[in-house]
Amino acid sequence: MMPDWIITAILVAIKLGFVLALLLTGAAYLVLAERKLLGRMQLRYGPNRVGPFGLMQPLADAVKLLMKEDFIPAQGDKVLFFIAPGIAAVTALITFAVIPFGPPLRLFGREMPLVVCDLNIGLLYFLGLSSLAVYGIALGGWASNSKYALLGSIRALAQLISYELSMGLSIVPVVLMARSFSLTEIVNAQTHIPFALLNPPAFLVFLISVLAESKRTPFDIPEAENEIVAGFHTEYSGMRFGMFFVGEYINVIILSSMVTVLFLGGWHGPLLPGIVWFFGKVMLIAFLFIWTRGTLPRFRYDQLMHFGWKVLVPIALLNVVVTGAILLLLQG
Amino acid sequence: MNLIRGIKGTAQAYWITLRTMFRKPVTIQYPEQKRQPFPRYRARIVLTRDPDGGERCVACYLCSAACPVDCISMQAAEAKDGRRYAEWFRINFTRCIFCGLCTEACPTRAIQMTSDYEICNRDPLDLVYEKTDLLIDDTGKDPDYNFYRHAGIGVVNPRGGNEDEKPPADVRDLLP
Repeated sequence: MMPDWIITAILVAIKLGFVLALLLTGAAYLVLAERKLLGRMQLRYGPNRVGPFGLMQPLADAVKLLMKEDFIPAQGDKVLFFIAPGIAAVTALITFAVIPFGPPLRLFGREMPLVVCDLNIGLLYFLGLSSLAVYGIALGGWASNSKYALLGSIRALAQLISYELSMGLSIVPVVLMARSFSLTEIVNAQTHIPFALLNPPAFLVFLISVLAESKRTPFDIPEAENEIVAGFHTEYSGMRFGMFFVGEYINVIILSSMVTVLFLGGWHGPLLPGIVWFFGKVMLIAFLFIWTRGTLPRFRYDQLMHFGWKVLVPIALLNVVVTGAILLLLQG
Repeated sequence: MNLIRGIKGTAQAYWITLRTMFRKPVTIQYPEQKRQPFPRYRARIVLTRDPDGGERCVACYLCSAACPVDCISMQAAEAKDGRRYAEWFRINFTRCIFCGLCTEACPTRAIQMTSDYEICNRDPLDLVYEKTDLLIDDTGKDPDYNFYRHAGIGVVNPRGGNEDEKPPADVRDLLP
């Protein structure tokens, strides 16, 4: 009979492998889903040549990116240029560690939480990493020695200070209501009713901030194809660009999961098993991201700053005060 | 008021994209699905024949003069009966821009455009079409038109044998 700790270690390894594989394939197929959905919104089919219904397209894209020349600008800062895409991809990947994606499983007589690491400050971990991710973009733009890339990273930083505060503030009511920073605790606090219904203003502010955090339309100011070529990744090619790209899409999945965990009740839902509910909700929010990209034009970055500081932050602040007061009253 | 208008405008935009998503795409999936070109579509150039089966081209060089990219070249020759024809006729389709000016210039309706648009090729030299590649056994548009039937050949060999006609001048004769 195998010792107990070996079984645990194997189970943990399987879980880690499962999460990593799911996250990467999820990101790859999110790209395909986005291209297909955007295509349909523009009355075209989207990629449908590689494999049945174009389902092998992510593979073809990966092969293409790996085969491309890895170009480094002559006067660029080589070390930073090397590190930046890694920061973007790795911070996106490891954020998923704290996200609980299902109710605890019982396997071989032991409790197996479906979360890589249930930190008691999971929320702060997420906020910290989401701020770190901007370093990838800022350094990548800086190291490229290109005016467009530099403009892109300046814009990324300007964007960061516009959405970060309102995002943090919109989470405070959730923490107040759940009385915990642990994401598992937060999900468990929504067993009966999701926080999106209890506190819609926080939900909306968080959703908009998350859209800005993902750097996608209408807040794709750091990339802004038609203004600054491709923004921070103008000079990147091949797999280095691929890392930024994968990072962006993993980020979309993670932000969708965060919305699900914080406001939509995570894995809680009637009838279906928890995991299905969780992924269904994540896909719904991811669709919202894509839908928004197909619908809204880009903001100018002064408009985003105006919106962030003069609209979102006051709403979020007021919401914190009101929620706190109500909770205090209920506590009596 | 502004807020309501803003919300309404945003919601409408979302509604339109959602609705459009369920409409049939307008894409024509090319290799499998081909579009029927319009009758006056301007694609591959051909040389047509008159109703009697003779070549319509009289090698007047008007098409090559009209061609903005200079892709048409030819060598004029004269048959025994005085009828002009092109000894060789060459269109370089790597240069042709399918503007149709050659067909407008042609006085005998010889050079015409067809709707065959699939002429891409791996070897550019294969796109240089000679007269045998260009000439078709058909009258094309305007099937009854026959230039020589209207004009007559009207010249005899050797030159200068017609009424009111002087023998051709030897240009080298005028050299100092």
